[in-house]
Amino acid sequence: MKSLEELRKLRKDSLDQVDMRRSGKGTRIVVGMATCGISAGARPVMMSLVEEVKKRNLQDVTVTQTGCIGACRLEPMFEVYRTGEEKVTYVHMDAEKAKKVIAEHIVNGQVVSEYTIGAYEK
Amino acid sequence: MELYRSHILVCGGTGCVSSDSLKIEERFKELIEKNDLQNEAKVVKTGCFGLCEAGPIVIVYPEGAFYSQLKVEDVDAIVSEHLVKGRIVTDLLFKESYKEGEMQSINDVGFYKKQERVALRNCGVINPEIIEEYIAYDGYEALGRVLTDMKPEEVIQVVKDSGLRGRGGGGFPTGLKWDFTAKADGDQKYVACNADEGDPGAFMDRSVLEGDPHVIIEAMAIAGYAVGANKGYVYIRAEYPIAVNRLQIAIDQAKDMGLLGENIFGTDFSFDMEIRLGAGAFVCGEETALINSIEGKRGMPRPRPPFPAVKGIFDKPTLLNNVETYANIPQIILRGADWFSSIGTEKSKGTKVFALGGKINNTGLLEIPMGTTLREAIYDVGGGIPNGKEFKAVQTGGPSGGCIPAAHIDTPIDYDNLIELGSMMGSGGMIVMDEDNCMVDIARFFLDFTVEESCGKCTPCRDGTKRMLEMLDKIAEGKGTPEDLTKLQTLAKTIKNASLCGLGQTAPNPVLSTLHYFMDEYEAHVHDKKCPAGVCKALLNYMVIEDKCKKCGICAAKCPVNCISGTKGKTVYHIDTEKCIKCNACLEACPFDAIKKG
Repeated sequence: MKSLEELRKLRKDSLDQVDMRRSGKGTRIVVGMATCGISAGARPVMMSLVEEVKKRNLQDVTVTQTGCIGACRLEPMFEVYRTGEEKVTYVHMDAEKAKKVIAEHIVNGQVVSEYTIGAYEK
Repeated sequence: MELYRSHILVCGGTGCVSSDSLKIEERFKELIEKNDLQNEAKVVKTGCFGLCEAGPIVIVYPEGAFYSQLKVEDVDAIVSEHLVKGRIVTDLLFKESYKEGEMQSINDVGFYKKQERVALRNCGVINPEIIEEYIAYDGYEALGRVLTDMKPEEVIQVVKDSGLRGRGGGGFPTGLKWDFTAKADGDQKYVACNADEGDPGAFMDRSVLEGDPHVIIEAMAIAGYAVGANKGYVYIRAEYPIAVNRLQIAIDQAKDMGLLGENIFGTDFSFDMEIRLGAGAFVCGEETALINSIEGKRGMPRPRPPFPAVKGIFDKPTLLNNVETYANIPQIILRGADWFSSIGTEKSKGTKVFALGGKINNTGLLEIPMGTTLREAIYDVGGGIPNGKEFKAVQTGGPSGGCIPAAHIDTPIDYDNLIELGSMMGSGGMIVMDEDNCMVDIARFFLDFTVEESCGKCTPCRDGTKRMLEMLDKIAEGKGTPEDLTKLQTLAKTIKNASLCGLGQTAPNPVLSTLHYFMDEYEAHVHDKKCPAGVCKALLNYMVIEDKCKKCGICAAKCPVNCISGTKGKTVYHIDTEKCIKCNACLEACPFDAIKKG
């Protein structure tokens, strides 16, 4: 170790490894991963979310999974929880759509209305 | 670096390892591979979570699901339900963390709520065998700042201002010790770490070394810079194989990264360290005996002064601190002396780790601010006494400490209060006793330990403790006389005053404090030949309560020496007290509570 800067750079790189274990509130993205979700293709959606979060180095965003929420026909789906905001449910997701949600909703704060359960049900 | 969606933290502390946590870790890895989840879920072996009672413990993030008392078979359910389908297996959760159908954060569980983790902050959070995880949690930042930005005397001033006192027992101000060593004359100086944790039931140092070994390396390097030493020794007992192993891994990693060795952080400061194994003699926790042992001599104390700060390892000035003391140092540097001294009481700053054991629901490790009352520690964090029994006393400070009775349960814990009550902080063992514990027996237990561990160098300790133990044996056997009680006190005071080292000077404490607070129990043994708690076998008699006996004969069938006579269904049973070996089997077997002892 030659300098403090070198240590700090290493720390920044290492933070990803442990970030999840800190009790940050922030944003939670919950992917439906019951049998219905998985067979409809939830796994690539989840991996795409995880990769995108990492690529953009988003802090305080956790991607997690849940069971069946009862709307199996709309799978793959995920929900976004942010403190102080209404829960947003996205349906019929795929890896590309997931990336768009990260870019527009998580990063810029604009809900992608066309993918939400509200738009679909109309 | 791979990013995972789930981290599975498996406790790798000695407590959980001995209940098969390593097999659980293996099983997780196996099943994760089988379910093709290896790119999504990562298994991390951590240090002790502290709640050893509930072990083996596994925490699954990001949900923070706290699984307790797992068996290897339970892993299948967690993988197939939780990891694959995202459904938390609520049946396996720690019961306090699951209330009214909702999972609580572990920080809201009673055991963790009142704790404040400084020394243990990384235990159960990071993988102790991966240096990057330590660095991610601000590891080595304090060392970097100290080396590049602070003068040695500034470092010592911060430690002084923080009010940190030695966590190994005595409570000597740490900053002063650093100052003495820095000012001592010597071409070569050493820093050493006392990891010879010997109190029965205390395991906080082991947990720090197992769960966060890098913090010790970082703190010792900081200390080395402050006092002008370039070499460190960690004296650790060979009975702690996991701690030794992880510390060695950590030292090797730190060397590879240039955090130990020459010109650390590009400065002229160089520091190296090595482990010295002890064979587990209690006396080697005493600083001069420890130094002798490091030098390869027999582990025996020598008179002080000269203190190690002047004449220590190989007669060179040596700074010797305990593991837990070091574990506080990097946080004090990073967060400042004011932050540290804002925690605790007027004369005892910061937090203290205690190993809670005995008659308590949550056996384990807890770290609480100084000034927390014994009641809060025992009831709020420890979860109270099992089986609805009544709290009788708490023993602090191991064989050097004393018993504090229920009347003083609202005392705030700090160095000075405990000494005033005839006990001491010691390394932080806390053994809880209920109405079924006999205080004469407790005193005998601790004295038996010090008699075994006395090194034999000085007469008061070698012979005095032995004579005290003989008197206690006499009392427990019902052969004690009133003179024995006064002789015990006189002898105890002589040993305290005349012994060479801390072992002898504190050995009589368990006897003195029980004599002080529980004289009535001693008197019952001596005058009435009775043991009120029903522990001392020689004073016990078992008998059948004739009104309650249903003539079922179960007691006679259980008796290993056939001393219970009677005819099934016809006559009340009778115990022959001459033949009875007081094994308690009949009392436990009787379905009608018709057997009493007393």
